[in-house]
Amino acid sequence: MARVVVITSGKGGVGKTTTAAAIATGLAMRGHKTAVIDFDVGLRNLDLIMGCERRVVYDFVNVINGDANLRQALIKDKRADNLFILPASQTRDKDALTTEGVEKVLTELAEEFEYIVCDSPAGIERGALMAAYFADEAIVVTNPEVSSVRDSDRMLGILSSKTRKAEQGEGAIPARLLLTRYSPARVDKGEMLSVEDVQEILSIDLLGVIPESQAVLNASNSGVPVVHEDGSEAGQAYLDAVARFLGEDRPHRFLVNEKKGFFGRLFGG
Amino acid sequence: MGFFDLFRTPKPKSASVAKERLQVIVTRERAHRSGPDYLPKLHQDILAVIRKYVQVGDDAVQMNLEREGNREILELNIILPEKG
Repeated sequence: MARVVVITSGKGGVGKTTTAAAIATGLAMRGHKTAVIDFDVGLRNLDLIMGCERRVVYDFVNVINGDANLRQALIKDKRADNLFILPASQTRDKDALTTEGVEKVLTELAEEFEYIVCDSPAGIERGALMAAYFADEAIVVTNPEVSSVRDSDRMLGILSSKTRKAEQGEGAIPARLLLTRYSPARVDKGEMLSVEDVQEILSIDLLGVIPESQAVLNASNSGVPVVHEDGSEAGQAYLDAVARFLGEDRPHRFLVNEKKGFFGRLFGG
Repeated sequence: MGFFDLFRTPKPKSASVAKERLQVIVTRERAHRSGPDYLPKLHQDILAVIRKYVQVGDDAVQMNLEREGNREILELNIILPEKG
């Protein structure tokens, strides 16, 4: 039985696609057969972050419309076994994502994959609603910043009422917070909402905190999901989040500002 | 920094301002969306009915939806202008 996970946020630019790529890759690296789908019809981006943009032949909408079958459209990841990418189409017709079409594709994927990760577009329009509709659970990506937190709360409202499970009377799907671009030094100075602040406002469980890191831009520059950079804090934080997602108990790291003392500065470099 | 600045209360940190503002707006928006979809329209219609008889401002009608177990209670507060 496949599990459908939506990566969502409401606000754009907070790291949904980076997170979808990292979580999907992380799940595959842990041995789970995983498909990751770009729901951002019109603005295809997951392929770039995954580094497979030159191998896109058919896309999600082609499969929905029957122009291609799933096997033709799925791109096998170069680095992680068990990982396949279904790119978004660049058609401007947003209505191309029909409920029936999406359901058909997800049902077919579910026969073969353990996890289906849906990378939601920003906003609360059709693409975002479709990405969330069939989800079994959600990861809400949020920056410690007012507009992002407000939009995440809005999205949580949608997740509690506008998914298929909610419509069938099963209530809100489980949603967990992934706080990205976190800077403990700025939190210490009182310039940034702390993880506790954000959790208190949104009142949801915490899946992980990804520290602000140069590694994330480096990863997207080169089209290699950041979990492959396992020397980086962001990569490690994502791998921790994947482990927690799989039910492991991992302490949260990178939450405190490592102040280097005199000797630290002298010897730590 | 001048000598007298030492006695001033420090400016609140921006993160705590952010938290306070978010708590207010999120609470308000949650109350709004937990109600039925027709509430804003109902609000407008009640306002229009009252305005047939007396001129009031937009904030003259306040609606508040509360839940008690399985019941929903719609509290309606209409403030009429003072007789001038």
